[in-house]
Amino acid sequence: MATALRETIKNITFKHLKKFKGQVFGQNLTGVGWVAGTLPKLYEKDGVIELPLADVANGGMVTGSALVGRRPFYIIRYQGYNWLNCIFIANYACKSKEIWDKPAPMFIRGLSNEGGLGPASTSSHISIFYKMPGIKIFSPMSNNEYLKVYKKFMQEDEVFYISEHRKSYENKLEFKNTIKKDLDIILMPISVTRFESEKAKNYLNKLGYRVGIIHLFELKPFILKKKWLNAIKKSKYGVLMTDNDYVDGILRTLAHKINEKTNQTVNVMGLKDKSAGYTVKTSNFPPSASEIVNKVKSIISKKKRRKKNG
Amino acid sequence: MNIKKYRLMTFQKASLCRHFENEVYKRVQEKIINFPVYLSAGQEYVPSSIAQLVHNKKLKPMLFGQHRGHSIYLSFGGSVIELIDELLGKKSGCTRGMGGSLSISSKKINMFGHEGLMGSNACMGVGACFSSGKPTIVFLGDASVEEDYVLASLSWAAKKELPILFVVEDNNYAVLTKKEDRRDWKAKDVAKAFKLDSYDTQDSPEKIFKILKKNIFKKPIFINVHTKRLYWHSGAGEDEKVFGDRLGIEMKYLGKRATEIDNKIKNRIKKLWQQRLEKR
Repeated sequence: MATALRETIKNITFKHLKKFKGQVFGQNLTGVGWVAGTLPKLYEKDGVIELPLADVANGGMVTGSALVGRRPFYIIRYQGYNWLNCIFIANYACKSKEIWDKPAPMFIRGLSNEGGLGPASTSSHISIFYKMPGIKIFSPMSNNEYLKVYKKFMQEDEVFYISEHRKSYENKLEFKNTIKKDLDIILMPISVTRFESEKAKNYLNKLGYRVGIIHLFELKPFILKKKWLNAIKKSKYGVLMTDNDYVDGILRTLAHKINEKTNQTVNVMGLKDKSAGYTVKTSNFPPSASEIVNKVKSIISKKKRRKKNG
Repeated sequence: MNIKKYRLMTFQKASLCRHFENEVYKRVQEKIINFPVYLSAGQEYVPSSIAQLVHNKKLKPMLFGQHRGHSIYLSFGGSVIELIDELLGKKSGCTRGMGGSLSISSKKINMFGHEGLMGSNACMGVGACFSSGKPTIVFLGDASVEEDYVLASLSWAAKKELPILFVVEDNNYAVLTKKEDRRDWKAKDVAKAFKLDSYDTQDSPEKIFKILKKNIFKKPIFINVHTKRLYWHSGAGEDEKVFGDRLGIEMKYLGKRATEIDNKIKNRIKKLWQQRLEKR
C-alpha cells in the first residue's frame, strides 16, 4: 500500500537524525500535531530543537549550525514567516560558500497552506528567496519527488528550500507529465496547483481540447528539458503556468525564461495582487480547477478570434 | 603566566594591530585601497587581551567578528601577509580576495566572515556554538548590541548555557551617533537580565584578564569593554582627539622593552607592506 507523503517526510527526518546525526530546528515543533504529522516524536536529546519565538535570530542560529556541518533541517511553520526568517539565510548561508569557501548546507522546510489565514500566513512566499544566489528551491508534492530532493541535498552542500504544502501530505500518488505532439496548450503548474491542474487537464481533454501538462518541482535552478521546449514550441497556444505564490513573483520570472527559450506566449495564474483576509470571500486562493479550465478556454478563444480577425 | 608577562605578550599583539592599521590608513589615503575599510586602531586591546588569554589556555575558539575585524584576525594569529593581500584584492588573501576589509575570514584561525548586517554574527555564533559544542567568541559593537536579533541570541545562549563569550567593543559610536542619543540602557544590564554572567569594564588587559581567566567558555559570558576608536567609521580620517590611548598607556607601563618591541613590529609591518605592494 502506497505511503502518504506525510510518512515519507517523517521517515526521512528520522533517518536524518539517527543515521546522519543531523538536527531539526523550528518553533513549536512538538505542538500542533508534530508539524502536521511530518515530524517523528523526538526531543532535544535526539536532535529536535525547539527554538525561541525569535524568527530573525533563529534563521541566523540555524545558519550557524549549518556552518559547523550539522546539515540542519529548519522548519518554518508558515511561509509567511519567510519574511522574518530569510534575512540571514539569504544574506549569509546562501553566500557563504562563494565568499568564504565555507558551505552552509541546510534543508529548509517551508509549509504553506491554502487561504483563510490572513495577510501573512496564507499560501506560498518563496519569491523572496528566489532572487538570491546560492539557494536551490524545490516544491515536491509526492513521495518520489521528496526522496529525490533529500538525496540531492545529502550529495550537495547548498542551501535547499523545500516549499511544502499541507494539502500534499495526504498524497500517495506520483505525477506524470503529458507531453504529446500537437497540443493546444501545456499547463505548467507549481506546488498545490498541480492537483487542480491535473483535474483541469483531464476535464479539458474530455471536452476535446488537447492539453498537456509539465509538473514543475525543481524551481531553482530552473532547467527546461529539451523535450519540454520542443513540445512548447509546437503547441498551438503556448503555456499556462500556475502557482500559489503571488502572480508577480517567481511565476513571471519563470514564464519569462520559458518565453525566451521558445518564443511562445506564457500565461500565468497565481495569487491575485491583493491582500488576503480570513473568509472564503476575503481570502486569496490559488487557482482552482474550474478557474484553470476557464482560463484555458479564454486563452484559446481569444487567440482564435484574433486569428480570425487577421 | 604572571600578569606582567601577559601584558607584554598582549602588547605585542596590540602593537602589531596598531601598526598594521596605520599602514592601511596610508594606503587608503594614497588611494591604493579604494573600497570601504573599517580600521580597528585604538580598539586593538580588546581582541588582543582576549586572544592572549585564550592562547595561554591553549584553546582555539570559533571567532565571529564584524566589520571592524582586522585586529581580531591579527590578534588570534591570522597571517599578516594574507591580510595585506586580501586588502589588495589578491587571490592569495585570507578570503581569496573576496572579503575586502569588512568580510575577512580565515579557516586557519577559525574566523568566520561577516556579511555586513550588524549583529548577525551573534545569531550565527550562538547556532555554531550550540551545534558543535565548541568554544566560541562573538565580537559586537555598542550599536549592533541594540539589534533585536542580538538580544534574542543572548537569551538563547544563556538558556542553553553555551561555552560562548560575547564581547562588546564599546567605542560609543554608531558611525557618528553617540550612545546617549540612541538608548538609555546599559548592555551589561540587559545581558544580566537574560541571566548571563555580565561585565562592564575598560580595555585594560589586566581587567579583562581578571574577569575572564576563571570562567571563559565554562558558561556564557558577556563583557562590554569601553574602548576608543582612532579613525573614522569607514575610510581614512581621524576622529576627534582621543585621550588615554590604551597602547600608549601600556607602553609607558611596560617601559623600554615595549618600546623596542613596538619599533621592531612597526618596521616589520612597514617592510611587509612594501614587499606585497611591489609584488602587486
